[in-house]
Parts: sequence; structure tokens; C-alpha cells
Amino acid sequence: MAEGVDETDKARRFRDAALPHLDAVYTLARYLLRNPADADDAVQECYLRALRHFDSVRGSSIKPWLLAILRNVCRAEYDRRCRQEQPGLEEGQAGDAVTPMWREPEDTLEAASARGDDTERMRRLIASLPEPFRETLVLREIEDLSYREIAEAISAPVGTVMSRLARARALLRDAWQADRHEGGSDGLQ
Amino acid sequence: MDCSECGPLLHALIDNELDAGHAVAVEQHVAGCANCAAELQSLQDLRRSIAAARPGYRAPAMLRAAIEARSPASHSARPNRRAVLTGFAAGAAAATALAASLALIVTRDARDDRLRAELVSAHLRSLQADHLTDVQSSNQHTVKPWFNGRLDVAPPVVDLTAQGFTLLGGRLDYIDGKAVAALVYRRRTHIINVFVVQARGTEPRAARIETVQGFNVRTWTDQGLELMAISDIEADELREFGDKFEAATRQATGS
Repeated sequence: MAEGVDETDKARRFRDAALPHLDAVYTLARYLLRNPADADDAVQECYLRALRHFDSVRGSSIKPWLLAILRNVCRAEYDRRCRQEQPGLEEGQAGDAVTPMWREPEDTLEAASARGDDTERMRRLIASLPEPFRETLVLREIEDLSYREIAEAISAPVGTVMSRLARARALLRDAWQADRHEGGSDGLQ
Repeated sequence: MDCSECGPLLHALIDNELDAGHAVAVEQHVAGCANCAAELQSLQDLRRSIAAARPGYRAPAMLRAAIEARSPASHSARPNRRAVLTGFAAGAAAATALAASLALIVTRDARDDRLRAELVSAHLRSLQADHLTDVQSSNQHTVKPWFNGRLDVAPPVVDLTAQGFTLLGGRLDYIDGKAVAALVYRRRTHIINVFVVQARGTEPRAARIETVQGFNVRTWTDQGLELMAISDIEADELREFGDKFEAATRQATGS
């Protein structure tokens, strides 16, 4: 029988548990940061941190836990962008009812040209949802997390998850219908 | 139920987050309300559109490789059957007989994987849905007879309170589409589910511990039954639980 839990064993267990969720983690990173290179970096950092804290994961499935780490990494990345590009942004945002976690970029989606493609069209519309609705929608509709798992991943009550999800779906539905009728406009405004 | 109550619950309904009572109430309201019915339809359409568009991303191969490279132990430490198979499959000139016997292994492997995934789901479900026990008792002589007539197996129920594992009760659960017995124990604040099913083979198999999606699972056989204990407690503690469970069962049956 294995004697205790050595580092090799831990790395192997981590790999077996965490690697199957790589696409899910990467997907959330793409939607949060809206930039492939930043998403790459964030996912690598996420897996580093997750391995370090793997012993502390208890009483929950690993996917929401991984996504919560990814989210923290992305938040740090967002803070860094803000400091670099927009010093003094904090005061301006303090009074907003819904403070976007990430600043809306003009058009960082490489997909803007592929408007005929449903996948790219849907990706573009989801990506242009404001935070925190975008995140909640991605966790529910793409990552297939339950309300409780989403609540765990974003450290918010289930009631908040439900109201954000309802709002996110209403926004996305309007945008999806408008986009279809107009044959491809510029998403949500 | 009126529309203002029903509106928010439509989302919970399509997300399968409502308990049976609320689901029925919402469905009854929707059946008599054109507005809510239209809203429900439109939400379902949206969900279908999202699913059909497949807006998820696949991690680039480079990224996957970079992350895999950080845990180099996994391949060398203990090649599992699947790793061997993958290597085997790479060499396309496989002898037919060998391939056939390997196919058997693959099938069983895939079945085991599915079973383990279902095990984790059942465990999570029991923790989330507020449906941990059908029969709630720390008395083994209450829990064991409860299963009579409900299942074609008679699960061994043992009281391990003195050993630090409190019996909470039992319930019926479903694994792989079949009704199975679930025994519920508590270790401090942690729940241990023991699923009991008819063993697939007759040969007794040694107990083993593995990790599935972050949970520890101990599998063993006992007199034609297959038992699977799953919990988030440490592997050592789960091993201890299994050992004590087996010892207590042996004592009870006098074998």
C-alpha cells in the first residue's frame, strides 16, 4: 500500500482530477479575458495555483473549485490592465450599481469577420454581455454548472446567481434575435 | 401561483433546479397562462440555440502540453491499462485475437469509468438535494430491514459509531439505471455514502482505493456484493472506514 501522500502521487492525482476540465477552464478564461493569449496565461497560472492548493479541496467537486481559481487569476489580470491602462479608474467605477469586473474592450474578438457562422455569432454575443452576467451565463450554459456550483465558483448566494442568470438570458435573447434579424450587427450595447 | 412568482422559477425549471413540488406548481401555472408559456418556450429556444452553436472553446494543444509537462510523474509512475492500450493502438499491425481480447478490457474500462462518474453524481446528489436518507436511524437493526422487499440485495448494515463513523441511515439510489442500496455514515462533518450492488463476477476482489473527481472511493466485494464507499475524507480515513466495515460485517455473519 502507498505510504502517505508524496508529491509525485499528489501531482498524479491532481492531473487525473484537473486535466479533464482543461477545456472548461480555458473556455471561461476566453470569455472573461476575451483574448486568446491572456487566456493561455491565465489557465497556466490557474493550474499552477490549483496544484499548490490541491490538498485543500474538500467537500465539493473539483470543477467549480478550478473555475473559482481561474476567476481569481482573471480578476488579478484585469486589475493589472486597469492599473496599466487607466490609472484612477477605481473612483470612477465605485458608484456604479453593477461594476463590470472586466473592462469592455472595443473589439478583441478575432471572430468579428465570421458573422455567418452560428458558433462565432453566439460567441460574439455572449462575449459582449456585460459582467457579471456574462460569467454567470457561461458557467450555466457552457460549463453546465448547477446553481450551487456557480454560487461556489463566484462566491455569491444562489439567489444572486438566479437573478444574474435571468438577466443574462434576457439580454442574450434580445441580442440573438436582433442579430438574426439585422443579419449581423455589433452585438449588445 | 401568479406570473410574478412564476417568472423567476421558469429559469429554475429549465435548469432542473426545482424540487418536484415547485416544478408541478410552475407547470400548472404555465399550462393556464399564455404569457408564461411563451416565455418558457422562448427560454428553451434560447438554450437550444446556445447548445447548438457550441460556443465553448477547446484548449490549444500547446497549452495542454505545457500543463501536462508539469506533472511528469503520471505516465512513468504507473502505466494504467489505457496508457498501454494507447501505445498499442499506435502500432496499427495488431493481431486480431489480441485486439479482440483488448476490446473486452476497453469495454470494461469504459463501463467502470461511467460507473465511477455515476457514483460521484449520486454522492453529490445526496448532499445537495436534501435527500440523504430514506430511513433515518443510527440503529442497524432498523436500517437493514428497511431494504427488505425494496431491493434484490440485502446490504450488510453495521454500526460503527464506536469506531468513529456514525450510521445516519439508508436510502434507495440509482446507479447505472438500477436501484441500489446506499448506506450513509458520518465522520465528523463529512458524509460517506456506501453503495451496495450485486457483484458482477463471483470471484472476490481485493479492496482498492482510488480518487475520482477529487473524491476518494474504496471498492471491495463481500459475499456476492460489490460495495463502493465514496467520500471527501482522506484516503487513509476511508481505508480505515472500509477495514472496520469489513471487520464488523465478518463479525456479524460469523464468518
